[in-house]
Amino acid sequence: MAEQLRVLAVDDEPGMRTGIDRTLRRFTVTLPDLEGEVAFALEAVDSGEAALARIEASPPDILLLDHKLPGMSGLDVLHELAESKRDILTIMITAYASLDTAIAATKRGAYDFLAKPFTPEELKAAVRKAAKHLLLQRQARRLAEEKRQVRFQFISVLGHELKAPLAAVEGYLNILKDKSAGDNPAVYQQAMDRSLIRLQGMRKLILDLLDLTRIESGNRKRELADLDVCEVAKNAIETLIPDATAKKITIELTTPGPVPMRADRGDLEMIFNNLVSNAVKYNRQGGQVRVSVEGLAGTVRIAVTDTGIGMSPQETAQLFREFSRIKNPQTRNILGSGLGLSILKKVAALYGGDVQVQSEAGVGSTFTVALNQPEPGTVSPPLTGSTTL
Amino acid sequence: MVTAETAKTILVVDDDPDFLAQQQMQLEAAHFKVLAAPGVQEARHVLEECKPDLAILDLMMEDADGGFALSYHLRKKYPGVPIILVTGVTSQTGLDFTPSGADQKSWVKADVILPKPVRFEQLKREIDRLLAR
Repeated sequence: MAEQLRVLAVDDEPGMRTGIDRTLRRFTVTLPDLEGEVAFALEAVDSGEAALARIEASPPDILLLDHKLPGMSGLDVLHELAESKRDILTIMITAYASLDTAIAATKRGAYDFLAKPFTPEELKAAVRKAAKHLLLQRQARRLAEEKRQVRFQFISVLGHELKAPLAAVEGYLNILKDKSAGDNPAVYQQAMDRSLIRLQGMRKLILDLLDLTRIESGNRKRELADLDVCEVAKNAIETLIPDATAKKITIELTTPGPVPMRADRGDLEMIFNNLVSNAVKYNRQGGQVRVSVEGLAGTVRIAVTDTGIGMSPQETAQLFREFSRIKNPQTRNILGSGLGLSILKKVAALYGGDVQVQSEAGVGSTFTVALNQPEPGTVSPPLTGSTTL
Repeated sequence: MVTAETAKTILVVDDDPDFLAQQQMQLEAAHFKVLAAPGVQEARHVLEECKPDLAILDLMMEDADGGFALSYHLRKKYPGVPIILVTGVTSQTGLDFTPSGADQKSWVKADVILPKPVRFEQLKREIDRLLAR
């Protein structure tokens, strides 16, 4: 897509105006960091006063400004522009490369200089430089704005996610306080139990959020050690046995023997906890969870399969978004922070890895995490890229 | 004296299991018979089986405007049954959602709209008023 920058040339010599026009009319700039090429729309006026009027009516992106003009000088024009705080890049044209004019013009905000007489190539070079500066600056501004929007969105969703359990607990506490649920003690017991469950969910959300920010900021303490991935898997599975037993779910670990890997234990624990607890949570009563770990030429592959509710392709597509939780009648009573898979993906990325999911609604899901063995002696750098907080 | 035979039946539909449980607890303590449905589908099933004396519907359920669709369905099936819509729209989005004019009320198909969080005394007052009509 071609972008067009508006150029306004200010020079009292008609020859200069035509020359500039001829040079830039078909001139385009291609910038390596930006997509598409940049073309220029030319306008020319013969005095500083006319230039200011034109800028007032429709401001250009680049101003080619002659210093020596019949009425107000180029420096006067710059001064006026500085007052109005317009976002225009000025290239000052001076008849003789005078240091004094250069300094004065820079002080008043000129971006570059062109000494008269100049060749068409010199003019093109100056305009190319200005265009690049302008577009990179705009792109940076756009990115900063996008980042700000993502952050706002994250915070606003987080607000809702924290408000929901608060509202639930508040509702139960009001019932307990007003004794508005009659005389049956079992009902009040239920109110207390549910309040505690919702508070646990809230705590989990906050802990996940802290995990996520620590991973993203690179502030989490990580220590690479030679570990057996299977042993970490076994420990993680053991902590989840009570939840599985409650739903009569069996968890089975398949490994070809020890799978050595240089990794941070906390990272691996986070991966297994996330995957296996999801496989239990979204499973059916009496279902199975199969965990497999294998090491293949520099890669460790972890796969967790469940016999749970599964997902439709549409649901799978939105799975990895922050706070994205699949809402349907089967997930209605399952609590979760909606951050687990975001965390998983970020931890996997620390090992140059990825998370894949295969799922079929009503049959079950398989999550596969592939982790690369770090090169000996290297510590993977903290994750950069999209930050949420 | 309220007996099992004379107790009024209230259908409560909400996809928030805790809100649903809280309404049920308090309504039962106030001697109503409660049909609690955790979603639009379940509510439609309930309506196939019986006619409630009043319905309390959450406006925004998993499919965004589930409450609206359900209130239309209910109005069509049992025109005389009063409907109370409860909505988290205001607390969730900050948008004001209180239809005031007559045309808006007919569009919304509800007798009363209450913003969440709903205080039970207020809900009870509205129920008593609507059932006394």
